[in-house]
Amino acid sequence: MNVTHSGTASGFPLRDQGVALRLSRRRRAVSRLIEALCVLATLAGLFLLGSILFTLVSNGIGGMNWTVFTRITAPSGDGGGLLNAIVGTIIQAGLGTLLGTPVGLLVGTYLSEYGRDSKLGEAVRFVSDILLSAPSILIGLFVYRLMVEPAGGYSGWAGVVALAVIVVPIVVRTTEDMLRLVPISLREAAVALGAPRWKAITQICYRAARDGIVTGILLAIARVAGETAPLLFTSLGNLNWSLDMTQPMSSLPVTIYSYASSPFDDWVQLAWVGALLITAGVLALNILARVVLRKRS
Amino acid sequence: MPPSIARNSIPNARWGDRIFAGLTRAAAIFILMLLGSIIVILAVGGWPAFRAFGPGFLISTNWNPVTEVFGAGVSVYGTLVTSVLALIMAVPVSFGIAFYLTELAPGWLRRPVGTAIELLAAVPSIIYGMWGFFVVVPFMSTHFEPAMIAGFHHVPVMDRLFAGPPFGTGIFTAAFILAVMVIPFIGATMRDVFATVPAVYKESAYGVGCTTWEVVRSVVFPYTKNAVVGGIMLGLGRALGETMAVTFVIGNANRITPSLFNSGNTIASLVALEFGESETGSLKLASLLALGFILFVISFIVLTISRLLLRPKFKE
Repeated sequence: MNVTHSGTASGFPLRDQGVALRLSRRRRAVSRLIEALCVLATLAGLFLLGSILFTLVSNGIGGMNWTVFTRITAPSGDGGGLLNAIVGTIIQAGLGTLLGTPVGLLVGTYLSEYGRDSKLGEAVRFVSDILLSAPSILIGLFVYRLMVEPAGGYSGWAGVVALAVIVVPIVVRTTEDMLRLVPISLREAAVALGAPRWKAITQICYRAARDGIVTGILLAIARVAGETAPLLFTSLGNLNWSLDMTQPMSSLPVTIYSYASSPFDDWVQLAWVGALLITAGVLALNILARVVLRKRS
Repeated sequence: MPPSIARNSIPNARWGDRIFAGLTRAAAIFILMLLGSIIVILAVGGWPAFRAFGPGFLISTNWNPVTEVFGAGVSVYGTLVTSVLALIMAVPVSFGIAFYLTELAPGWLRRPVGTAIELLAAVPSIIYGMWGFFVVVPFMSTHFEPAMIAGFHHVPVMDRLFAGPPFGTGIFTAAFILAVMVIPFIGATMRDVFATVPAVYKESAYGVGCTTWEVVRSVVFPYTKNAVVGGIMLGLGRALGETMAVTFVIGNANRITPSLFNSGNTIASLVALEFGESETGSLKLASLLALGFILFVISFIVLTISRLLLRPKFKE
């Protein structure tokens, strides 16, 4: 679709139709070239995702068997599994989410319902966004100084707190966004019926925004389940079976980290299995979160 | 409603409102204090190092646990170089993906392809580390790096940048992995801001005979310029603090060399590796916390700029 094609007919005072034609050809060629490069870029992105998934599956599937889920980590050659790491990750990610979600929910509620345009609201929104993107290793350092040093040792609780700090801003963001989508007339209707504001929020707005809030929580679980850096200095990792939250606790990502860089083939194999498990879990949670949200729209 | 019930319920409601509003406010203030205490705790923890080495800590390239002399120079350099190099690689690809998803892709492809790119952002960084170590590093050492070293052998300046034994690990590989990790962030942000351009603007440009590229260059870009830069800064913020993936592939050596194929380190990778070997109260631990503080300040500045530029998008 190009007007310069027909030269004078389009009303432009063109002297030389040949020049116009060449120009239009060049412009279209440039556009085509860039479009082709963009397709290439997208294919590159898809190729990278494919390469990562293929690497995980092809290296991990071979080592996938029941002992992975029934035995705990063991010295190389003793046929250990990942049971303690899997349980440790479930406990820490679960408790971290339980601890962080209520705080995030309240802050998101404050931002949407009470402090929408206030100075405090602006500041809190800014700080929450910074926390959302702050390097997670720094949260590990923070919790180390806050809990590990005073307590005199690494503990599962320290890991839980570090993960909770990561959960909070994720839940804040989705809660605020989703509550803002609830029409103001719903709140007015509730208040007009004599419901106090807090009831209007907790029973009407939360219910209307439920799917969105659940999405945020699922994304938060997915995020912290794969976190390694904040756990290195907090729950540390544990090669034995331990459910004692005051002691160092194993986790899948930290176990993958130490096994993948070990010189033992069976440990590297287990690291691949763990990597496959954690990625499958994280991607499944992400897809589930999208399904939950799409169901609504 | 009988008057007696109404009389009873209203004070209750008022109390309920006060408690709930107070709770949300307290949580909001708690978040402020949380960020504040992260800054204070890192600064206080790093203070012995700042006091011992003075402002020179920032640029000193020493890192010697034996003589207890520490400096941030190498890791700050590594952090900045890997992140900037990552952006140089990631921005064009991210733009291409965003351009494809908003202007070129057929409707039925947009959602699945967009979701696939977003899933790339969800993959945990330890997985990028393993993939980098077992797939990218061998590729770099057997194919890419020898080719680059041979190709630029006689080109001045470039022969210094692409020199040395092709081990596969090093600054360049770390930057490549970081690029792959930030592409989905930058790409998704660009796609979202490109989508805010009113269709009428684009249609007008198509109407006067612009090609697709010309529409993007002269309508979409000027309209979204700030937000695009904001998205790039968001990606930079991610790259600066990335730990696990970098630790796997950067080679972990405390030195600065001109060649991008040589080993180096970043603040995050140095902290991750050395932390376990530091004793409580030691000068080394203080130096690591001081490094954490420096990383926090750098990230804070970058993220603040990103937010200021992305802000108008959220205001709508």
